[in-house]
Amino acid sequence: MQYFVQQMVNGLTLGSIYGLIAIGYTMVYGIIGMINFAHGDIFMLGAFTALIVFLILTAMFYSVPVVVALLIMMVVAMLMTSLYNWTIEKVAYRPLRGSFRLAPLITAIGMSIALSNFVQVTQGPRNKPIPPMVSQVYNVGGISISLKQIIIVIVTVSLLAIFWYLVNKTSLGRAQRACEQDRKMAALLGIDVDRTISITFIMGAALAAVAGTLFLMYYGVVAFSDGFVPGVKAFTAAVLGGIGSLPGAMLGGLMIGFIESMWSAYFSIDYKDVAAFSILAIVLIFLPSGILGRPEVEKV
Amino acid sequence: MANIAQATREETATPIQRGIREALYAGAISLGLFVLFIGLRTDQNIRNELILVQRWGLLAIVVALVMAGRFVMTAFVQPAIDRRKAERAKAAPVEEEAGFVRKNFSKIAIGVMFVYPILMVMLFGFQGSLKWVDNFGIQILIYVMLAWGLNIVVGLAGLLDLGYVAFYAVGAYAYALLATHLGWSFWILLPVAGIAAAFWGVILGFPVLRLRGDYLAIVTLAFGEIIRLVLINWREVTNGAAGISGIPKVSLFGLASFNVSDPNYIAKVLGIAQSGAYYKIFLYYLILLLALLTAFVTIRLRRMPVGRAWEALREDEIACRSLGINTTTTKLTAFATGAMFGGFAGSFFAARQGFVSPESFVFIESAIILAIVVLGGMGSLVGIAVAAAVMIGGTEILREMEFLKLVFGPDFTPELYRMLLFGMAMVIVMLWKPRGFVGSREPTAFLHERKAVSSAFTKEGHG
Repeated sequence: MQYFVQQMVNGLTLGSIYGLIAIGYTMVYGIIGMINFAHGDIFMLGAFTALIVFLILTAMFYSVPVVVALLIMMVVAMLMTSLYNWTIEKVAYRPLRGSFRLAPLITAIGMSIALSNFVQVTQGPRNKPIPPMVSQVYNVGGISISLKQIIIVIVTVSLLAIFWYLVNKTSLGRAQRACEQDRKMAALLGIDVDRTISITFIMGAALAAVAGTLFLMYYGVVAFSDGFVPGVKAFTAAVLGGIGSLPGAMLGGLMIGFIESMWSAYFSIDYKDVAAFSILAIVLIFLPSGILGRPEVEKV
Repeated sequence: MANIAQATREETATPIQRGIREALYAGAISLGLFVLFIGLRTDQNIRNELILVQRWGLLAIVVALVMAGRFVMTAFVQPAIDRRKAERAKAAPVEEEAGFVRKNFSKIAIGVMFVYPILMVMLFGFQGSLKWVDNFGIQILIYVMLAWGLNIVVGLAGLLDLGYVAFYAVGAYAYALLATHLGWSFWILLPVAGIAAAFWGVILGFPVLRLRGDYLAIVTLAFGEIIRLVLINWREVTNGAAGISGIPKVSLFGLASFNVSDPNYIAKVLGIAQSGAYYKIFLYYLILLLALLTAFVTIRLRRMPVGRAWEALREDEIACRSLGINTTTTKLTAFATGAMFGGFAGSFFAARQGFVSPESFVFIESAIILAIVVLGGMGSLVGIAVAAAVMIGGTEILREMEFLKLVFGPDFTPELYRMLLFGMAMVIVMLWKPRGFVGSREPTAFLHERKAVSSAFTKEGHG
């Protein structure tokens, strides 16, 4: 039982990171109906920015309180990835809006290749380790919970609360939901569609940056190729939860996190990704539009 | 009101003024983008700790280049393009008579491909031609064949497949395992590998029949990853990440072999000097014939009921179903046929390399093949071949650019920039020609006369 709860805690941590990335996928998909393949690399850029900011902080000051350091890392990473995602949307996706469906997918894949190789060229291909930032571990009834895990869950929950408020209670969120339902109608009603889409990309990027910072803090290492696997997992999570649905993305992320940690705990660590992907395929056989996704109604 | 003011300012500004303004914006943005990633570099010091190296000079150069590029684009290139467009719109549309080369492009191209190795041998000698035949010829043709195979699934049936490389892997491992363990010949295993891949195509096809669009895309992607992960982890059979080596070479239908030690080595049989180039040239013709077989089958299938059903499925699935076409079998045959050609290409790849490992079958390969299909113009065989030659040949040529070392110093390795440029080229080509190189489509069924349809009237399917 203890072992099981321990794995639940690990899965929750992992799932939070996946969920944060998955929200970016699902938001972009909801609003313009494209798979933003470069999103995983935006996450990697976030982690890398956090790494560089961490190095700057440690080089400039002898010691910085961990909370302050984490906050600065997160904010700078958010700004950086927002700028990247905003530029990418403007350069690579906007000119192709309304063009045929596969064109933005291909530019997104191209951007993903370009971004990860850009980081490889400019920062080198090696793994980049940092000394552990937080190392306290608490023991609660035989279950060890590290401070890192607590930070991840707290940050995720508070971000989700802010995010939920933004989407559901502000005029910006209303504009977003309107664009999602009918872009042309929203434009007729005076909503600046281009701006709304840009903001959607920025919000997705900011969440991915937070996920990247948490990833760096949790694992203490990042490399240029680290965008792909979490990106694919998060995308899987978004699809599993029903792409286009925000609670679905978080739910899917948590499910993928649980599946992974449970599978590596009880079966074999080698096949954890196979398990996650297989469960995706099985779920989609029975629920072709994900767990919380609305079935697509086809009009003739 | 504000909008109107802005519009007039936009109109009155000369291209030069606009160029300067745009260049300043671009400079500011690129400074923001690159300040951390180019301005600083993370490096390990002697104690293996990460340190930052400052490179502000390089950052300044990059930002200046971006600004200059943007300035030239908005001040000179864009007005020139606009002017040409305006002129063209004014002039009456002239029916352009296609030239001889254009009319017979595919025939000429096939002819050139058949004489290519001979030409290379004549130009560079047997030893010198190796590089050109192997790195360029064979490499490009493998991708042409894969892209033509994927074209059946994506271009004809309109099913978005992001895991095509899985079938390539199945074919490669089928040949590698059966040839090393059982010692069967390539000519028996080629169809076996094709059948194995087609079988996996059907297995993948079943669960995804009900899925559409992006759900289909992610499941095919997941399938590709599953195959790769199984290849890595099932060490007893596949030897894990280390891969399988010592895969036998292809023989000339058993008449002659390409192993120097064999008694029927081709040079001994024909009584000519030893050279590794014979095998490469033989492989070149082999993959050329395999690719042409793919094209031939595609062209013939398009005229058969099943091919027409694929294209109907791509254009409108509901109409397709209401006309009594069995969409299940149509989709499954598309997956199986596409997969079969992937399997053929895979077994060829294994025989050519003599070594396979899961490294060769990563997602990026699927993405490259899909990009070639889309860049070529989905469904157009000629366009896809051109796209493969441009994208693969272009990145291969980068390896040859020794003169860049003179410009950037001796430490400069062009290979490093290969994938970066590849990714950027994908974006640029797509922006320039969203419909691909050959956007128009030739109908197979027509009334009175055959007319190419502009791509604006065709659909790409919903998965």
